[in-house]
Amino acid sequence: MVTAVHSAPRVEPIEGLAEAIRSALGDAVFAVKDAHFELSIGVERERVAEVLQTLRDRFDYQQLMEIAGVDYPERAERFEICYHLLSVTKNHRLRVKVRTDEDHAVPTVTHLWPVAGWLEREVFDMYGVLFEGNTDLRRILTDYGFKGYPFRKDFPLTGYVELRYSEEQKRVVYEPVQLAQDFRSFDFMSPWEGAQYVLPGDEKAHGEAPGAPTPPPPSPPAPPAAASPEARTPKTTEKPEDTGAGKPADAVATKRSRAKKGDAEAVEAETVKPARAKSATAGSDTAETKPKRTRKPKTPEGDA
Amino acid sequence: MSDHFQTLDHVSEAVDPALGDTAIQNYTINFGPQHPAAHGVLRLVMELEGEIVERCDPHVGLLHRGTEKLIEYKTYLQALPYFDRLDYCSPLGMEHSYVLAIEKLLNLEVPLRAQYLRVFFAELTRISNHMLNLGSHVMDVGAMTPNLWMFEIREDCLNFFERASGARMHSAYFRPGGVHQDVPLKLLTDIGDWLDNRLPRLFEDAISLVADNRIFKQRNVDIAVCSKEDALRWGFSGPMLRGSGIPWDIRKAQPYDVYDRMEFDVPVGTNYDCYDRFMVRVEEVRQSARIMKQCLNEMPDGPVASLDRKVVPPKRGEMKQSMEALIHHFKLYTEGFHVPEGEVYVATESPKGEFGVYLVSDGTNKPYRCKIRPTAFSHLQAMDFLMKGHMLADTTAVLGAMDIVFGECDR
Repeated sequence: MVTAVHSAPRVEPIEGLAEAIRSALGDAVFAVKDAHFELSIGVERERVAEVLQTLRDRFDYQQLMEIAGVDYPERAERFEICYHLLSVTKNHRLRVKVRTDEDHAVPTVTHLWPVAGWLEREVFDMYGVLFEGNTDLRRILTDYGFKGYPFRKDFPLTGYVELRYSEEQKRVVYEPVQLAQDFRSFDFMSPWEGAQYVLPGDEKAHGEAPGAPTPPPPSPPAPPAAASPEARTPKTTEKPEDTGAGKPADAVATKRSRAKKGDAEAVEAETVKPARAKSATAGSDTAETKPKRTRKPKTPEGDA
Repeated sequence: MSDHFQTLDHVSEAVDPALGDTAIQNYTINFGPQHPAAHGVLRLVMELEGEIVERCDPHVGLLHRGTEKLIEYKTYLQALPYFDRLDYCSPLGMEHSYVLAIEKLLNLEVPLRAQYLRVFFAELTRISNHMLNLGSHVMDVGAMTPNLWMFEIREDCLNFFERASGARMHSAYFRPGGVHQDVPLKLLTDIGDWLDNRLPRLFEDAISLVADNRIFKQRNVDIAVCSKEDALRWGFSGPMLRGSGIPWDIRKAQPYDVYDRMEFDVPVGTNYDCYDRFMVRVEEVRQSARIMKQCLNEMPDGPVASLDRKVVPPKRGEMKQSMEALIHHFKLYTEGFHVPEGEVYVATESPKGEFGVYLVSDGTNKPYRCKIRPTAFSHLQAMDFLMKGHMLADTTAVLGAMDIVFGECDR
């Protein structure tokens, strides 16, 4: 369990609440999740009114603060309806979730909390989720005569119609949306963290047309076990011989530079040779212990 | 018109009324959408019997801008200024819920000075919001002067916001991880001076004109009484809930930032009517001033934003000196930070009530869903329930006591 260091409203968790709810509601609850310091339960759609009534009457969640819809288009039941309950006596919050789709209605809870009327209307307006038993399921936030469900993920941000006052017709007219420039949507996926897009020019990297010459078989990739520890060896030079630079220039060397040219060559022949030999042996030592990493051959996969 | 009289004749013949009586029908009128007492673009379709309201159907959404949808297309930081524009009378109260929601998802620690600054400015926001609401409530029921005096206070508040953030209304001052910039010492001393001298003098003066005023009481006492049970069932929060006698304040019950260090009282109503709601707000202003003074006394020195450079960008001066800071600055102002997958519902005590943000993150740099729980939405829904049986002229008092701003209600 992560300790809370944030400064958001602190709600004390109630010990054993999840088990108590589970035992009281039986198989109506199919998931209990305690994440980010909040408790949420997933319940069967048909039994949500019954569940919420139990929570209100037996678990003292007196207030229904919010009904939020969320759209997950990739799911079979794409809409998630989240009821946020508040107990002012136990000082606790609880989230109840149900899932539904465009066709299946969710039982209304307006008979439990009259506030649910507008909250359900809003979810209906924004997502097109139907609430069975809500007698006043009109649109609420969108324009009179609006078509579509704007908060669905497949509804464009700009919408489909725009309106303006027409001087000729002396009234407000609706027209299809015309954008002066395309909506700019930036992609922030980093290419080395699993982006799935194809870069311009790489379209032919995979799936060639029939009749194309057989591409050379890709060379087997380097075994990952060998590659990963190599990358983790620290790239530090702690000892002078790791650098391969040899000994630093000493007093003899500086003296030599001021001596005559002919002498200097002789001195160089004497003094530098052993130093070079030493550095060569140091180099060979490291070569034995740590093989130089071979450059990975470029494969067509790597290019793609 | 003559047709109408003919039908009326027919009706009166049918029921054979006594001499001088006319059968009348219920009468439907539109209140708004352009009405000064509607506090924005509210359309109320009211069915009247004489002057008594039989049914009241609020039509909202005339200011719907699709904020929640827009936020889904913005990074977490870019979405922040939208919150100023929800309840434009108390912008920092809205920002507070949002930054806390992000911090809860990130489980990010905020430096103490930043927490104090947030509480300090959130309470200043509460004062400036209540100045607008109390003033316009008073004006809606017929008194002019207090509103002008309270606007004087509100003007001071806006000047303080400008000195802290550079903007009078849409501050964008609270940021995930802290606040945008530190405040100068002179500003704090000026506010301290204002809290001691100017605010109490102007405010108590203005309230003394209405609090015991006979006309004001006639217009507000016993209007729109709402019992504790009804207040809970209708999802009331904030001064509306406290006006109905339930001592519920999120600052006390579920303290956030440094509210747990603050000493303040939670006023509650005893008659559950519009007058109580008004007086609860009046007392909240005094309590807010008390909290602000405590903040001034206790506020420590230190950083005003988290030093986690993966969330909070470095300051510009630092960016000019350090390569690492430059990289962080660039990445955070273009790509933004990524928030771990999950969902939170964070509600704070905004000046109008419980303002909640239900934030769903899918692990990217943009919110997957950001549901805003406005306060006015559930209050306004209870209009029909509260107005039933009252006179048409009480509508403005009930609306004024609800404290509705349409930027927030319609989103």
